[in-house]
Amino acid sequence: MKLFTNACWLVVAVLLSASVVGCKRNPGRITTIPGTRPGAVGDTAGMPLDTNPLASGVGSEGMVDEATGGIAASTVPLHQWTPSAEQPFATDTVYFDFDKSNIRPSEVPKILKVGSAMGSYAGKALRIEGHCDERGTEEYNRALGERRALSIREYLAQQGVSPQLIDTISFGEDRPADPGHNSEAWSKNRRGEFILLDPPK
Amino acid sequence: MKLTPSLPIPTPTVKPPADRGGGAVASARGARLRPPGFPGGGRVRKGRGTVRAGGWWRGGVGAWVVLAAPALWAQTELDITKSVDVHGFLKPVPVHVSGFTGEADSVLKNDLLFMGIAHVPAAEAKFVVTGSNAGRVEGRVVEKFNQHQRLAKAYAGGTIRAQVHAFADDVARELTGQPGIAQTSIAFRVETGGGRSEIYVSDYDGHNARQVTRDESMAAAPAWGGRSMLYYDSYKLGRLNVFAHELASGSRRSITPYGGSSMSPAVSPNGQRVAMILSKSGNPDLYVADRNGANPQRLTSTREAESSPCWSPDGASICFVSRTRGPAGLYVVPAAGGPMRRLTTAGVPNATEPDWSPDGKWIVFTTMMRQFHICVVKAGGGEARVVVEGEDPSWAPNSRAVVFCRGPDHGKSLSLLDVPTAKVKTMRRFLGSNSQPSWAR
Repeated sequence: MKLFTNACWLVVAVLLSASVVGCKRNPGRITTIPGTRPGAVGDTAGMPLDTNPLASGVGSEGMVDEATGGIAASTVPLHQWTPSAEQPFATDTVYFDFDKSNIRPSEVPKILKVGSAMGSYAGKALRIEGHCDERGTEEYNRALGERRALSIREYLAQQGVSPQLIDTISFGEDRPADPGHNSEAWSKNRRGEFILLDPPK
Repeated sequence: MKLTPSLPIPTPTVKPPADRGGGAVASARGARLRPPGFPGGGRVRKGRGTVRAGGWWRGGVGAWVVLAAPALWAQTELDITKSVDVHGFLKPVPVHVSGFTGEADSVLKNDLLFMGIAHVPAAEAKFVVTGSNAGRVEGRVVEKFNQHQRLAKAYAGGTIRAQVHAFADDVARELTGQPGIAQTSIAFRVETGGGRSEIYVSDYDGHNARQVTRDESMAAAPAWGGRSMLYYDSYKLGRLNVFAHELASGSRRSITPYGGSSMSPAVSPNGQRVAMILSKSGNPDLYVADRNGANPQRLTSTREAESSPCWSPDGASICFVSRTRGPAGLYVVPAAGGPMRRLTTAGVPNATEPDWSPDGKWIVFTTMMRQFHICVVKAGGGEARVVVEGEDPSWAPNSRAVVFCRGPDHGKSLSLLDVPTAKVKTMRRFLGSNSQPSWAR
């Protein structure tokens, strides 16, 4: 019994001393923070891009997608083509309604004009740039701008322009035609622009 | 009794990870599953009585002491409770911070705020955080009602700022059971003028910004793949491509060799798959590909544009934006393919830019009303809650803080948001407009 009592006291004494030491002013364990973080991050980021092994296109060019009515993207590397010195369609920019990608009746004549003119530009191609006003979020607008450019591309394809010669690119809200923040500026920014392209030399 | 002077200070690394507040976390999660509006949210008992036994006495202490210790801790620890708010978030733990000065003091309080720990007057505090930043950062956390020391640590190396972040993370893990976020990074887009933009990486609070791209082109929509890879939109090659960029080496490549526009990458939680929007089939649809872009599988076939995919934390589902029924709305589709279903955001129209919380419970998104607002909705859909004005939210690893941006076009700044309390801190703008933040998780 006495042994038991002694043992109990010993336990209490140890625990008390433990709690006292636990409140000791000087922390005993030191965590070392690494200095600057490893890694180049952007230091070599300007280096040339790797050649992508996937870079050759898939042969679905010109195919109409049954589910969406969309026409598959061109497999010609039109992004390597350069804008022609003469830009005959600079005044034929197609404008869209807010948050819409359908072609307004008022814009149809411009597309018809571009479509028929393309016949006289043998060997050239067309890039359609889709743009939005600032009233959508950034990636939402990037997708919407692409949808707008594609609507124009489909209309041109219906007019007989080969979709293989039409590339699309969306700039979302990043390249406004009018930097204003009002409805007049916005109506000018919801647009699709035509860029005539020359093949790479 | 000769062992008393050599007692080590308990540190998180000493405790087995499985026991690291495990009981408390499990209980708290159980409570969070209650429906919103549950009165009072309930108080959660923190049953961690035996947590400290293993490893607390590190060097050569008699086994009988180790066995005796849990009994004492069981008594003190069981009294500690955590409470949750009506939405199931842990209510901020009230602490009083003292002893730190200048930048260290403000950094510490800021860090704690976004980890669910609020600095309050001493009389209202449940815990006292004391320490100093003279020469090096030292700090301790003491429970006020019983003076029990919960944490005591010192830090060396790096900057004082980095040491404070490390201490803040230790305090957060100790008091909330959640992973710390003070030492994490964000990536974001910076407009550099002339219609150009680059990707930057910084500490979570916007400090220590480092440039990732130097293309003098337009880069946008950065997304982390783990903590060492960034994916982003780039116009560098003359079309809109998705790039995969290894931060350590700087090596990168386009992973979308297609005509049309490829955009808005989101990497699966295991880093092996990339969701993105490709228009290669003639419409901006949602695809999932391998991490290098190979084997793209189409997940949507709508007539309208899809945008802004994000992954569920289990990697099984993808939430994204579609206009298939007119105005923008959130949809969910199995990552392996299957029917897409609408995610209700009742009360909030035009939902865009979803991000799924790492704990799987919430989706934060942007509503495009007259202005943009950050909203949250349960991951299964339901009543959406408008939290604050802003756009493009991204969850922190603790499923509590969110980084987002707001401001006029070409003049946006990044901000941090504590979702449960709606407290916001705006970062100083860096160069031109700062937008599209993505939190490394």
